[in-house]
Amino acid sequence: MAAPPRPESLALLDRLMAALEAKGIVTEAEIAERQANTDKASPETGARMVAKAWTDPAYRQLLLTDGKAAAEAMGVSMAGAPPLGVLENTPTRHHLVVCTLCSCYPRAVLGYPPNWYKSFAYRSRAVREPRAVLAEWGLNLPDSVEVRVVDSTADYRWMVLPMRPAGTEGWDEARLASLVTRDALVGVAVAKPA
Amino acid sequence: MSDAPRFAPGAAVRVKDDWPERRGPCHIRTPHYIRGRRGTVVRPLGAFANPEDLAFARPAPKRTLYHVLFEQEPIWHEGKPADTIMVEVFEHWLEEA
Repeated sequence: MAAPPRPESLALLDRLMAALEAKGIVTEAEIAERQANTDKASPETGARMVAKAWTDPAYRQLLLTDGKAAAEAMGVSMAGAPPLGVLENTPTRHHLVVCTLCSCYPRAVLGYPPNWYKSFAYRSRAVREPRAVLAEWGLNLPDSVEVRVVDSTADYRWMVLPMRPAGTEGWDEARLASLVTRDALVGVAVAKPA
Repeated sequence: MSDAPRFAPGAAVRVKDDWPERRGPCHIRTPHYIRGRRGTVVRPLGAFANPEDLAFARPAPKRTLYHVLFEQEPIWHEGKPADTIMVEVFEHWLEEA
């Protein structure tokens, strides 16, 4: 049986790649590296960064002032990635990240966004009735906590630094990281209890 | 090159009540719900190529981007008074309030 015809889109991609290489804009090796980094990225990276920030005040400072440098310090390749901003949750302020215009997401440290993050329902409701959205996730915050919605509209990508759960004194970074879920890094949840 | 940031942290600003999408094709990173609204500059975030030009492959000069804080309640007429929305807004969308 004859092989199915090669889709025209693949031939087009080949021609685009050849042109980009010929112009010296990008090499095949660079694209392969980016693909590998994209596949490797997952919320575990963000969780490791948070766990380190909980135990290392100097790293916490770096994370809050230059998220990209903090990711690179953990061995994450941030070449070509947008700047990473990190939002610190406190006893009186909870951050919730949404991208109302599209689906901007800190992929370098969280991997691919979940489908709900890209849904019209989340994008329209998170910005307008964040407390109702959080309640549906099972997170009921008292009035004493300011809910700060962060609409990721432009060149930054945003990750939340959740609060360290009580009762975790003396835990090592790996154990702490196991409490930090993807949802906590987006702000629809808090870190898991000890 | 871009100029030094025009607005300092804490500055009271108003987002322009402008609707370029009514005039023709455009690409805007300023969400509709903050147009014409008052907010407070949290901090400048750096200078970035203007996406409104980038999207059409035009020369895109760098513009200062700010984190601007808005109160939720005046925008939506609902919600808790102390709750806020923080949005990245380019300098050319901001004026003194």
